[in-house]
Amino acid sequence: MSNPSAATDSQTVQIEDYKFGFHYPDSSVFKTRKGLDADVVRAISKHKDEPEWMRDFRLRSLEMFQKKPMPNWGGDLSDINFDEIFYYAKPSEKKWKSWEEVPEDIKETFDRIGIPEAERKFLAGVGAQYDSEMVYHNLRENLSEQGVVFSDPETGLRDHPELFKKYFGTVIPYTDNKFAALNSSVWSGGSFVYIPPGVKVDIPLQAYFRINSENFGQFERTLIIADKDSFVHYVEGCTAPIYTTDSLHSAVVEIIALPGSRVRYTTIQNWSSDVYNLVTKRAVAYENATVEWVDGNIGSKRTMKYPSIWLMGEGAHGEVLSIAFAGKGQEQDTGGKAVHAADNTSSVITSKSISKDGGIATYRGHIKVEEGVRNARSHFVCDALILDPESGTNTYPYMDILADDVTIEHEAKVSRISEDQLFYLMSRGMDEAEAAMMIVNGFLEPLVKQLPMEYAVELNRLIELEMEGSVG
Amino acid sequence: MKIIIKDLRASINGQAILKGVDLELDSGHVHALMGPNGSGKSTLSNVIFGHPAFEVTGGEVLVDGDNILEMEPNERALLGLFLAFQYPVEVPGVTVGRFLKRAVDIRAGESKTKGFVKELREMMDYLEIDQQFINRYLNEGFSGGEKKRMEILQMLMLKPTFAILDETDSGLDIDALRIVSKGVNKLREGNFGALIITHYQRILNHIRPDYVHIMYQGRVVTSGGGDLVDALEAHGYDWIREQYGIEEENDVQSVSSD
Repeated sequence: MSNPSAATDSQTVQIEDYKFGFHYPDSSVFKTRKGLDADVVRAISKHKDEPEWMRDFRLRSLEMFQKKPMPNWGGDLSDINFDEIFYYAKPSEKKWKSWEEVPEDIKETFDRIGIPEAERKFLAGVGAQYDSEMVYHNLRENLSEQGVVFSDPETGLRDHPELFKKYFGTVIPYTDNKFAALNSSVWSGGSFVYIPPGVKVDIPLQAYFRINSENFGQFERTLIIADKDSFVHYVEGCTAPIYTTDSLHSAVVEIIALPGSRVRYTTIQNWSSDVYNLVTKRAVAYENATVEWVDGNIGSKRTMKYPSIWLMGEGAHGEVLSIAFAGKGQEQDTGGKAVHAADNTSSVITSKSISKDGGIATYRGHIKVEEGVRNARSHFVCDALILDPESGTNTYPYMDILADDVTIEHEAKVSRISEDQLFYLMSRGMDEAEAAMMIVNGFLEPLVKQLPMEYAVELNRLIELEMEGSVG
Repeated sequence: MKIIIKDLRASINGQAILKGVDLELDSGHVHALMGPNGSGKSTLSNVIFGHPAFEVTGGEVLVDGDNILEMEPNERALLGLFLAFQYPVEVPGVTVGRFLKRAVDIRAGESKTKGFVKELREMMDYLEIDQQFINRYLNEGFSGGEKKRMEILQMLMLKPTFAILDETDSGLDIDALRIVSKGVNKLREGNFGALIITHYQRILNHIRPDYVHIMYQGRVVTSGGGDLVDALEAHGYDWIREQYGIEEENDVQSVSSD
């Protein structure tokens, strides 16, 4: 349509698209040199004062990382220069339980992201990671009294060595893929969560991940163990400053949902547009356990992330809700995977993606049903909305069905915002930008309404920022 | 409000549809626009509202003296114009309630929409629309009649000064036609005018027009009072053709949706 005239001036206000692009000077107290070799890995391990088995695990993982080729599918990763990255940076000597004590620049960072406020309002526990280490951790007292553990994995390894060793690396072995191997060799920070049998944590635990340093790689490691009949909702949020060089975020998240438990894991990923976000997330669900991944990918330069659920026990249920927004220069390669390895298991994978300004949103879904499994049910839906002719979307559904008694439903739909839809809404008084936003919000509505209100609001706000100044 | 259309010409995909439309409309009166398929009636309404698929190749549309053809559709709406669509568009995920609240806020200013929900419920009752439609997604899965009633509901809530009803009557059963007409007649009590685009006489039995205009091959060929409807009904469009010496053309057949 033609240029907006006076009445639509309010929509042409230029604002900074990415409000978390600020950074503070690098004031790390310990940082490994650029690049990665066995000495760097040993230095990290030594600095963390780890048991020998962990150091050896790291070194084995390093070898695997060096041996494995780069993935030959998915987003273009050829610009990543592993020699130019800092793999470990420790922001401070200690961790705090009260925001007042956190050093000023770090505290201000998290203040600007809105964490202390969020914590007061609606969180059961908060962890905040700055570069390589968690700098703040707090859990409501009544939960720690019930035996709930929510700490960084280093503390988990120290205080609960048996539990930690029993599950660590069992869901995602270091041999899984190149980036899981990388994480396994240099991991630092993340979360360790244990929910005792029968305990229901009814408000979320949240972790915030913030990259501050330039050319930095963040490799957090999260291990969540939900014991029998327990419930937990874990939420993570991520932001980074905008630098001219690329950063790398390569996390590993393992979830163990023991019989009858339910784990919901929500990510609202809002990395700046220079971050490679290559994450391996996988859960195992035992008898009658439920695992839900809610995966919102708004930021980053390239994302490759396919939360997976291995349904290992009878009656287990898994859900993946994936929301991706691919804007200018972005490739969101996301989706989900479900493996049915037991009878009467069910999975639902729902993906919604939006691409605009040349962004590419790719959906990869994988459903596998193991041999001899009876009554496996899977439903996956994949909807893509394309906002302009420059942008694109791809859909790659894979199915690997080795059993007969299986019900699989698959729906895929690609739509574009049509001239007629815009015209209709504009004829009711909305300017073009608002009309487009309303259509996008409507497209996401069935997913967003499943999110807790606070996250729904946050997601809408982020998408509004992405949409701003882009239409017309 | 006075709307003066002067020698309006428009085309789609390079094909001329409007070939010099002259027409005067005003609030305070109901105008009917009749004409056979392909005569350009729906194109006229789309062009008056600025649909981007149509290219205006000449002429003017003056609203109270100002040419509106360079305005965005939303700016035209804010002048007090309304278009009831022949084919209302589905907007998945956007509820009727949320959509209408926003549209009314824009039209009236947020401070003035205090009794919105109450008024919406009253209007829905008036148009015999189930209250649960407030939470339905706009037009999604609606029947043809429900979509048309939804257009009239929007019109009642937005209170335009001048509304164009683009074949709102087509596909409606007699009950739906009565309800739609009731909606238009309700606004007629105030400062309101309408252009009712139709093929058929029957909606004009419910909404008596003050003026009738006949469109043929991209032009308005004649205008008259309400009795023109009866003449047309009695003699058919061939009579118009003969009356005004129009040659049959083949190139405009089935170009536009009407």
